[in-house]
Amino acid sequence: MSKPLAWLHPQRVHALEQALRERILVIDGAMGTMIQGHQLEEADYRGERFVDGHDSMHVHGDACGHDLKGNNDLLLLSRPDVIASVHNEYLEAGADLIETNTFNATAISQSDYHLQHIVNELNREGARVARACCDAFSARTPGKPRFVIGVLGPTSRTASISPDVNDPGYRNTNFDELRNNYREAVEGLIEGGADTIMVETIFDTLNAKAALFAIDEAFEQRGGRLPIMISGTITDRSGRTLSGQTAEAFHASLAHSRPLSFGLNCALGASDMREHIETLARVSRSHVSAHPNAGLPNAFGEYDETPEEMAATLREFATSGLLNLVGGCCGTTPAHIRAIAEAVRGLSPRALPTEADQAG
Amino acid sequence: MSATLRQTVLSGLEPLVITPELNFINVGERTNVTGSAQFRKMIKEGRFEDAVVVARQQVDNGAQILDVNMDEGLIDSEAAMVRFLNLIASEPDIARIPVMVDSSKWSVIEAGLKCLQGKGVVNSISLKEGPEQFLEHARKVMRYGAAAVVMAFDEDGQADTCERKVAICTRAYRMLTEQLDFPPEDIIFDPNIFAIATGIEEHNNYAVDFIEATRIIRRTLPHCHVSGGVSNVSFSFRGNEPVRAAIHAVFLYHAIRAGMDMGIVNAGALPIIDDLDADLRERVEDVVLNRRADATERLLDIAENYKRGSLDSGPGARDDKDAWRSLPVAKRLAHALVHGIDAFAEVDAEEARLQTTRPLDVIEGPLMDGMNIVGDLFGAGKMFLPQVVKSARVMKKAVAWLLPFIEEEKLRTGDSGKSNGKIIMATVKGDVHDIGKNIVGVVLRCNNFEVIDLGVMVPAQKILDAARAENADMIGLSGLITPSLEEMSHVAREMQRQDFHLPLLIGGATTSRAHTALKIDPHYNAPTVWVKDASRAVGVAQSLITKELVDAFMDKIRAEYADIRERHRDRGNAKRLVSFEKARAQRFNGESANQRPLAPKQPGITVFKDFPLRDLIPFIDWSPFFNAWELAGRYPAILQDEIVGPQASELFRDAQAMLDRIVNEKWLAANGVIGFWRACSTGEDVQVLDEDGSQLAQLHFLRQQVDKPVERPDFCLADFIAGKDSGVEDWIGAFAVTAGIGIDEHVRRFETDHDDYSAILLKALADRLAEAFAECLHQRVRRDYWGYAAKEALSNDDLIDEKYSGIRPAPGYPACPDHTEKATLFSLLKATANAGIAITENFAMLPTAAVSGWYFAHPQSQYFVVGKISREQVTDYARRKGWTLLEAERWLAPNLDYDPE
Repeated sequence: MSKPLAWLHPQRVHALEQALRERILVIDGAMGTMIQGHQLEEADYRGERFVDGHDSMHVHGDACGHDLKGNNDLLLLSRPDVIASVHNEYLEAGADLIETNTFNATAISQSDYHLQHIVNELNREGARVARACCDAFSARTPGKPRFVIGVLGPTSRTASISPDVNDPGYRNTNFDELRNNYREAVEGLIEGGADTIMVETIFDTLNAKAALFAIDEAFEQRGGRLPIMISGTITDRSGRTLSGQTAEAFHASLAHSRPLSFGLNCALGASDMREHIETLARVSRSHVSAHPNAGLPNAFGEYDETPEEMAATLREFATSGLLNLVGGCCGTTPAHIRAIAEAVRGLSPRALPTEADQAG
Repeated sequence: MSATLRQTVLSGLEPLVITPELNFINVGERTNVTGSAQFRKMIKEGRFEDAVVVARQQVDNGAQILDVNMDEGLIDSEAAMVRFLNLIASEPDIARIPVMVDSSKWSVIEAGLKCLQGKGVVNSISLKEGPEQFLEHARKVMRYGAAAVVMAFDEDGQADTCERKVAICTRAYRMLTEQLDFPPEDIIFDPNIFAIATGIEEHNNYAVDFIEATRIIRRTLPHCHVSGGVSNVSFSFRGNEPVRAAIHAVFLYHAIRAGMDMGIVNAGALPIIDDLDADLRERVEDVVLNRRADATERLLDIAENYKRGSLDSGPGARDDKDAWRSLPVAKRLAHALVHGIDAFAEVDAEEARLQTTRPLDVIEGPLMDGMNIVGDLFGAGKMFLPQVVKSARVMKKAVAWLLPFIEEEKLRTGDSGKSNGKIIMATVKGDVHDIGKNIVGVVLRCNNFEVIDLGVMVPAQKILDAARAENADMIGLSGLITPSLEEMSHVAREMQRQDFHLPLLIGGATTSRAHTALKIDPHYNAPTVWVKDASRAVGVAQSLITKELVDAFMDKIRAEYADIRERHRDRGNAKRLVSFEKARAQRFNGESANQRPLAPKQPGITVFKDFPLRDLIPFIDWSPFFNAWELAGRYPAILQDEIVGPQASELFRDAQAMLDRIVNEKWLAANGVIGFWRACSTGEDVQVLDEDGSQLAQLHFLRQQVDKPVERPDFCLADFIAGKDSGVEDWIGAFAVTAGIGIDEHVRRFETDHDDYSAILLKALADRLAEAFAECLHQRVRRDYWGYAAKEALSNDDLIDEKYSGIRPAPGYPACPDHTEKATLFSLLKATANAGIAITENFAMLPTAAVSGWYFAHPQSQYFVVGKISREQVTDYARRKGWTLLEAERWLAPNLDYDPE
C-alpha cells in the first residue's frame, strides 16, 4: 500500500528508461493533419457498423442517426487501416513513441455523436492498433524499441472556468464527472496495451487533476501502474494556460503524480514555447517533453512552419539541454518528425536531477 | 539544484515556492466563518459577491495563502465551499495565490479539493480518530495533489505540553513518510496555539510550549513546516484589539525565531514589535514567555489604557465604494489613477496644487507616483491596456488643469520640469491608421516620456525636421498597410543620409522583427528596434534612453537581427517556389464546375447612402476589437477569460454604451457602393466589360508559386472568372464601404477633453462597423443583388467563419496583395463620389474605417495567400501593369522572394 505500485510491464518500462538515458526520444506528429490528407467522407467514418449514423451493435432508444464525419477517433473502428498507416508513417520517419488516436475518446466528447457507449472500446482499439504497429517496427529495429503512448485528451469542458458570463461560479462539468470519463478511457488504454499514459493538451489543470486521480485509482485497482506523461498547453503570449496558470504553477499543481515526463504541446510553435519549456526544465524532476505546433496558424488557420525551420528551433532546445522527448502537434507531418529526429540525433538528453542532489 | 528538490511549492495561478528567504508565510484568516462574524453573516445571507471582496482584501493586504472555512451549523458547508471556491477561481487577482481548504469535516475538505486547479493545503488531518483514518485521509491528499496541515492531535486529544506536541508530530511524520511516501516538504505541523493569560495557571506556559515544540520539530523532522492560528493566543483579551495585536506581534517574533514559518493571521493588522510601547512590550513578553508569576496581572493593570473601542479594524468593516474619497489628496490621486476614475481629477489636482509650492510638484509627486504604480502593475501583467488608457485619461485631465499654472510658473522662473525623454511619433506617409500608435503614445506618456505626435500621413522630411526642431531623443514610426513597410525603410535611409543618430522605433500591424532586421536596420547605423506591441514600448524606450542599459540592450537586438539575416540568407530551399510557368500549369480550373455563372439580378452600380447603423450591429465580429486593445482571445469566450475576462467585460460594456450613442445620436454615417460587371479572364488578368462587350478596365492579379501536390492548384483570383475563350459568360463584382463619415468631429471632441480612451474606443468601433457593413452587404449581395445564394441562412458565427459561398478579397490583402489595384476598383465604383471614400497616394482609404474589395461568386472560390513570388512573375506583372521592374518591386516588396538590387 505504502510505496509506489509495481510496473504492469516492467520490461517495457525498463527499455523506455534505458532509451531515455541514452538519447532524446522522438514522439510522433499530428494525427488530424494526416487524416485530413486522406480526404475521408462520411461513409468512411461510418463503415459498416455505423452505416446508419448510429451503432448497429448497440440497442438504444433513439434510432436516429448522426453525422459522424469529423469523429476521427471513430476511424479506429471504421477505418483502422488509415490510422495504422499514419502510425507507420511516423514510425518510418523515426518516432520512438506514437500516440494513440484517442484524443476525443471520452464520454463528454463522444456524446456529441451519441457514441458515449463506445469509449472503452475506442481506447482499447486505439492502444491495440498502435501496439501492433509498434511491435512490428520494434521487431524490424530491435535496437530501437517503439512505445505506445495512451492519450487522454482534455475534453471539451473545463472544470475551472464558467461558460456563463453572468455567473462566474457556474460550471458545466465537475471533478467527479471528468474523473469518471477518464477512468473509463484509461481502462481501455491499459487493456489495449499502452506503454505509458499521457494526459495531454491540458488547458485546465483541474481537468488534468481529475484525470490523474482516475489513473491512480485504475492503477490501484489493478495493483500495477504505467509511467505517466503530462503535457500542458500554454495558450498564447500571455504565457498562461487557458485556466490562467503559469508554467511553473502548472507544474506545481501536477507534480504529485510523479510523472515520467512533464512537457508542453499545442497552441504555440516551437520558438514561442521555448521559455516555458526552459521553466519546466528548471523546476521539474521528471523528463521534459515538447511537441509544439508547426508554427502559429496563418490567416487561413494553416500551419506553415517547414520541417527544416521547426527542426532547427528544436535542435537549439536540445543543445541547450532542455529536452528528453520531442515531437510535433498540429500541422506537423512525417517530414517534420523525420527532420526533428535528424536534428536531435546524437545530442545528449537533459540530465535529471540526481538522488545525490536530492539528498542535499 | 539540490535546494529545489525538497522545496515546498504550492500554487494558485502562480507558484508559491516556500524558501527560507520568505521567512514567514501569511495565511489570510478572514474568509473563515468561524473566525469572522462579518464573513459568516455574508455566507449565511448568500451574499457571495461581498464574500469575494473579503478574499480580495486579504490578498491586497499581503496574504500569501487564503484560508477558507465554511464550518457553521446553519450553512450547507459543502455547497458554500464549492460556490465560494468556484467564484474566487474566476478572479485572477485572488486565484493567483493558493487556497487552504479548512474544515473539521472531511467531506467539506474533499468537496473543496475538487475545485482547486492549483496545489492547495488541507487544514487539517490528524490522528484524532486513529491511524487508519489518518492514513486514509493523507492518501487522498496525495491523490488530489495538496499539502496538509497536520494537527498535534491524537486518540487522547490535543497536545498541550511541549513533550506531547513533539511526540505526536514525530509519530505522524514517521507514518506519513515511511508508510505512505508522503513528501515531507508537504507536511505543515500545527502544534496547537492555545490561549494564555486566562487566569488559569496551567495555561501560562502554553505559548512557551508551542515555541519550544516548534524548535524541536523543525530541527528533528526534516523539510516540514510549522504553522498555527495565531489569534487564539490572545483570546482572553478579546475586545482589546491593541493589546491582542501586541501579544500577536511578540508571540510571532519568538515563534518565528524558533522556526514557525507559516501562520493564520489577519495579514493587514500586524504591528511591528519595535513599534510597541516599551512598557507594553515588556509586560506582553512576560506573559508570552511565562517569565513571572504575576505576569497576567501586570498586563491586565495596563491593558485598559490601550483599549480604544473604535479600533476594530477588521477588513470586512471598511471599504464602502466611496471610502477612498476621505483619504489624503495624494492617495486619492493615486487611487483615481490606478482605478481610472476621472470624475475628480480636476478637483483633486487643484487641492494638491494648493498644498504645494510649485504646480509642477503635483505632477512630479503624486501624479507620477500614481502612474508609476500603474506602470508597475501593467508591466507585471496585473493591469491591462484598457485600464492603462483610462488611467492616462485621469492623468491628462489633471495635467490639463495644472498646465496654465505651470506655464505661469515657467514664465516666472524659467523652470521646466524633467521628462524621461522626448519621442517623435508618426504614422508614415500614405498611411492613415493610428489606433495602435495612439495607444503606444498613451502608454509612453504614462511613463513620463514626452510624446510629440505628428499624426498620420507624415512625410519623411517632416518627421526628421520635427526631430531636429524638438531636439528629440528618438523617433517612432507606425503603419498598418504593407506599402508603409517600404516607407519606413525609406525614412531609415533618409535618417542615415542626413546624419541622424537617434534611435528609430518601428511598430504597427504589418511590421515584424524579420522585416525590421532585413529591410530597415541595415539602412540605418543608429539603434533600430522593432516594438512588438504597446506593452513593450516602455521597456524598449527606457532601455534606449538609459546610458547603463543601452549598450547591452542593443548588443542583444543587433545579435538577434544579425541572426535573422543569417537565417534568411541560409534559408536556401526551405520553401522553394516553383517556376511561374509550372504554377500557371497548375492553375485552378474553375470551368470544371458544371454550373453556369448566374447573372446578377441588379447589374451596374447601386449606392447606399446613410445605411442604418442599427442593422450592422448583428454583423459585428468582436474578436478583432479586443485584439486591438491587446486583449487576446475570441469573443465571447474572452469575456470570461481567467486573465483578461474582467477587463474585456468592462471594455465591452463601455463599447456597448458608446455604440448606443453612436447609433442613437447619429455620430457616424455609413455609406457604401457596390457594382457588378461582365468579366472574363486572360491568364492572371481579368477584363471588366461594358454591356456591349467593350472593356471598362483590366484587373491584374498574382498567382501562388507554392510547391504543391498536383491535385492542389496554385491559385490566382483570375482563375475564378471564366476564360475569355471559354464561351462562358461570367461576372465580377466590387464594393467599397465606410462607417467613418463624421468621425473626425467626435474624435476631436474627445481629444480636446483629454479623453484618449473614448477617442480610441470610437475609432475601434467605427472600424468594426465598417467591417460589419462589408459583411452585411456581402450577404445581401449573395441573396439579393447578385442572388446566387438566395436561400442562404447563416448565423453571424458562420459568417465570421466564412462558411458562405463566394469571396470578397480586398486589394492589399493576401489574395491580391497589390494595393494599387484599389485605384481601378475606386474608379469602377466611383467610390469617392458615391460613398465619400478617398484614397491616399499609398492607397490607404479615408475615412480609415472603410473596406473595399472584389466579389467573386464562383462556388469553389476561396481565400488564399499569394505569398512569395519569383522575379519572373514580377517581371510579367510589371509588363501587364505597364510599370518598370523597379516600380513593381517597390509595390510588391513584401512578396518578393528575392532581394532586388
